[in-house]
Amino acid sequence: MSLPLAALSPSSDVVKALYIVAFSLFIYGIRQGTHPTTAKQGNLIAAGGMAVAVATTLALQGIGNWGLIAVGLAVGATVGAVASKRVQMTAMPQMVALYNGVGGGAVALIAWSEFRHDLALGGSIPLDVFIPTLLSMVIGSISFWGSNIAFGKLQGIVSGQPVKLPGQQVLNALLLVGIVAACIVLGIDHDSSPSQALFIAVLIAAALLGNLFVLPIGGADMPVVISLLNAFTGLSAASAGIALDNVALIVAGTLVGSSGTILTLEMATAMNRSVANVLFAGFGALPAGGAAGGGEERPVTSIGAQDAAIKLAYADSVVIVPGYGMAVAQAQHAVKELATALEKRGVEVNYAIHPVAGRMPGHMNVLLAEADVPYEKLREMEDINPEMPQTDVAVVIGANDVTNPAAKNDASSPIAGMPIIEVSEAHQVIVIKRSLSPGFAGIDNDLFYEPNTSMLFADAKQAAADIAGELADL
Amino acid sequence: MDLLTKITILVLAAFVGFEVISKVPTTLHTPLMSQTNAIHGIVLLGGLIVVGLSNDVLDEVIGTIAIAFGTINVVGGFMVTDRMLGMFVRKPPKKDAAEKDSGS
Repeated sequence: MSLPLAALSPSSDVVKALYIVAFSLFIYGIRQGTHPTTAKQGNLIAAGGMAVAVATTLALQGIGNWGLIAVGLAVGATVGAVASKRVQMTAMPQMVALYNGVGGGAVALIAWSEFRHDLALGGSIPLDVFIPTLLSMVIGSISFWGSNIAFGKLQGIVSGQPVKLPGQQVLNALLLVGIVAACIVLGIDHDSSPSQALFIAVLIAAALLGNLFVLPIGGADMPVVISLLNAFTGLSAASAGIALDNVALIVAGTLVGSSGTILTLEMATAMNRSVANVLFAGFGALPAGGAAGGGEERPVTSIGAQDAAIKLAYADSVVIVPGYGMAVAQAQHAVKELATALEKRGVEVNYAIHPVAGRMPGHMNVLLAEADVPYEKLREMEDINPEMPQTDVAVVIGANDVTNPAAKNDASSPIAGMPIIEVSEAHQVIVIKRSLSPGFAGIDNDLFYEPNTSMLFADAKQAAADIAGELADL
Repeated sequence: MDLLTKITILVLAAFVGFEVISKVPTTLHTPLMSQTNAIHGIVLLGGLIVVGLSNDVLDEVIGTIAIAFGTINVVGGFMVTDRMLGMFVRKPPKKDAAEKDSGS
């Protein structure tokens, strides 16, 4: 029972073959995810791959401690199942952050245990096991704590505003340098019982870094952060796979690393910012040098639900632009009902989805799918922008920065160059918003003051329901 | 397996991942993220090996927590993805559009 872990894992060809089956099912499952009609089946296929991988591992020679394994599996399965049944669709970003966090935590714990195991065997650890062990411990720990903070921010437990400590960048850099230095020291000692105290110190330093690294990032940048942390956890799992000599872990972890990396880059591109800028700039902390801050009072046109209903009823084409505000107000069903009422009157209704609308990639698509909006009606930014000049009314519901024409017109704006949904090109714009308060970028939205814009100051859900009610009376 | 073989597998898997995932449309990015998120719960295997082969109390505690964490990640991740994707499945009344779609 005291064989080294790395020698016992995929010992036989049967085990190796089953792991190959498992990761093939992962790849095939993701491949099926490229179309909405096959994606659900793809997810089941990937889950089947996981079942194969777990069953194979349980069948490995020498596995014991069944009681503890059963407890771990039962507790995890119960918590996971109950949480996933109960969670509201609007709370999906924080749910994913939380799942990602526990995954990272599991990696860090396994790395620690692997290290202890190697120490117990005499303390000589080959570098090709020790380096990946250290890597998975550090990245897993950062991912666990970073994800927890992201969860806290999205759930409203931690302030969504960037939280900045004085000298934070320096502190983070020092922590990182310290972690790398300590890992090198551990590595030098790899064949003469490296210090467990130092190992634990690195684990704690990485935890601290995970916290400090996400705290200064604003809520609107969470799509990037969640994607990145997802990639981190994937890579830490792949690294653990190298240490444990387990092919299924290497392939699965790397796949997740790729997916997280692609999404991170895509989100950053959609905001016309570099990933580094998102992570380190503390975007939205200040009203951007006062360039477009408060003070000046500009006139806006304010309308009520009845006026909005009239504008919409006599339009030929309407484009709805949803944003995070729609998620907060849980307005997706009310919005869909409004759209249905308009369609009954012969109005063509489409939805314009900005890549970073919401708090995770594709957040709006999921919410509108929940409300039974057919996915063909959800149009991507590049696709719908050319049609904006022929659109009669654009209705902005809970979106802000992604519609701000300053991104195009004002080179000094903090969001200059960010691709936007060009609602101001539509003949008329109705903005449903609770107040004139700025979005997460902390800047005023020029759209509100354009002559063809009408503001409807209300909660998104209430407003959509009121307009639908007025439509019925017309 | 020697280290270079493992790194070869890792690099190839990264390219496969980039190929497959860049084909996923924006509409499905949330379920994609949630599904890949569930897949990295595979570290659960590491927890099973640690606990299954351990005689040390602290390792058993650490490992059992790791198993529970990994299982939350796997079970919760796949179930929540399933729930989301269920919303994208076309409802029966829209049959004509579905046929048009599959024909293309």
